[in-house]
Amino acid sequence: MASPAPLVPVREGIVDAVKAAIGDAFLSAKDAVGEVSIDVRRESIADVIATLQSEFEYQQLMEIAGVDYPEREERFEVVYHLLSVTKNHRIRIRVSTDEEKPVPSIVDIFPVAGWLEREVFDMYGVLFAGNPDLRRILTDYGFTGHPQRKDFPLTGYVELRYSEEQKRVVYEPVKLAQDFRSFDFLSPWEGAEYILPGDEKVEGEAPGAPTPAAAGEKK
Amino acid sequence: MSASQLDAGIEAMRAETTPADPSVGDVEIQNYTINFGPQHPAAHGVLRLVMELDGEIVERLDPHVGLLHRGTEKLIEYKTYMQALPYFDRLDYCSPLAMEHSFVLGIEKLLDLEVPLRGQYLRVFFAELTRISNHMLNLGAHVMDVGAMTPNLWMFELREDCLNFFERMSGARMHHNYLRPGGVHQDVPLKLLTDIGDWLDTRLPRLFGDAISLVADNRIFKQRNVDIAVVSKEDALKWGFSGPMIRGSGIPWDIRKSQPYDVYGRMEFDVPVGTKFDCYDRFMVRVEEVYQSARIMRQCLNEMPEGPVASLDRKVVPPKRAEMKQSMEALIHHFKLYTEGFHVPVGEVYVATESPKGEFGVYIVADGSNKPYRVKIRPTAFSHLQAMDMMSRGHMLADTTAILGAMDIVFGECDR
Repeated sequence: MASPAPLVPVREGIVDAVKAAIGDAFLSAKDAVGEVSIDVRRESIADVIATLQSEFEYQQLMEIAGVDYPEREERFEVVYHLLSVTKNHRIRIRVSTDEEKPVPSIVDIFPVAGWLEREVFDMYGVLFAGNPDLRRILTDYGFTGHPQRKDFPLTGYVELRYSEEQKRVVYEPVKLAQDFRSFDFLSPWEGAEYILPGDEKVEGEAPGAPTPAAAGEKK
Repeated sequence: MSASQLDAGIEAMRAETTPADPSVGDVEIQNYTINFGPQHPAAHGVLRLVMELDGEIVERLDPHVGLLHRGTEKLIEYKTYMQALPYFDRLDYCSPLAMEHSFVLGIEKLLDLEVPLRGQYLRVFFAELTRISNHMLNLGAHVMDVGAMTPNLWMFELREDCLNFFERMSGARMHHNYLRPGGVHQDVPLKLLTDIGDWLDTRLPRLFGDAISLVADNRIFKQRNVDIAVVSKEDALKWGFSGPMIRGSGIPWDIRKSQPYDVYGRMEFDVPVGTKFDCYDRFMVRVEEVYQSARIMRQCLNEMPEGPVASLDRKVVPPKRAEMKQSMEALIHHFKLYTEGFHVPVGEVYVATESPKGEFGVYIVADGSNKPYRVKIRPTAFSHLQAMDMMSRGHMLADTTAILGAMDIVFGECDR
């Protein structure tokens, strides 16, 4: 590998060994750029993590990350990153879920999962069955919505300011002085999704003076 | 006044103050809840602790975080890879280069991009200077939290030196934006390297040694730290500790040693570990790390080769200004990189580096476009702060500041 990224030693045969140990829970595995990821069944995630901890010496849970793929049937992916300090190896375990189906909590195995699951719940709305303290963690007290979802706007829905009349902080619908700008820098030769200026007549047009479409305007 | 007269006098006073209660002094105390922060100097930022106390003993402690949540991960999804880099400086603003380090290494891993040796040496060199400047702040703040004033002022002198060096390196004292996918932004003048070398040999060991000598064997400092918040090896693993916290618990785990990145594989340094697993150990681990960082930096100065500081792959690293005056091709590359940016192939990586506070990881999901699909930042403080409840139970209220100080929390990173 040419890049100077952290050199994690290869653990020979780990995928096969894990596959044999967890049986039915195994769905698929991938070994890309030197990192092993294993997809498992959602219902058995707690057993899988417990097996990895006890039999394969993954003593540390470093991270639980959520990822949102709105086009999928089960839109959320919950990604667990485990580290073995004795075998010097990292492994990634993934499960998928949606807004309603809860993922079994692993707080009993790794107490550190408590806050990590809270964060995924806060950001994506993924439920964790068995987490005793599934409150919001990073967002404001009384916040609604799950900000890391892809359909949540970057600017959010409310803004707050100190009101001199009411002598307190008030929440108001967000008002943008300038629209959020998202420039399209992708090359038009590589699949722009809008009609380029001058290309309007390609697909045939009603008689009369042509009106050129502005960039960003879809026909 | 004779002794018997005095006793009689005291009895009379007691009878006056608590006439009805026969058991004098046994006032029934109920548990009560107090709020610590979010605007408290010892909270190291905007931490709010809701504490349930029995007298002065902490029974339960609930940290409320997120008061500095700025939605960094969401913002990064709307930026190109290069535009996203400055956000990392603003995570742990006490050690910004260490934050950039994970991100650029992750991008390079996805691109499978080679970095010239001088670029790697410069990264390691300044990452270690970052470690020193971070520890200056944390050690100073820790001793100040438990009551000593002078070491903090002296260590801030050293931190000031570090920030001046950083200014000469990148032009910015805190938010450097210096590392780039493929290397570093620009080379540094030779005079800066020699000045840092002199500083490592003279000023740092003298002033830092003086400052630590004031507290390391100090009776009050030891009373406040020894045997406070003892964390066993098993607990440290289960609670996801990393960095000086896990080494303070006696586990010799250092990503720079175990999973070396850049040129750490060539460096000789020792990994200090604690023996009693308390706050004092965590403090002393950091003290030793400063000396080890200085050792790594000296090796870098001795071995650093000449050559380019960033990859010459023009599809990722923009050309220099002088080149653009001569070459149309360079101009086009520059324009494309600063508007569209480079595309990163589909894939996912989790890259963790040893930041001064512990394992700082970045999980990047790339979808082949010029913007990351998802960037999850693994802060060090998040798991450490979560263990605060476990570590503080049964200790006095005043010990929480020592525990917090020995954790090295920065909220830019914890809340993101």
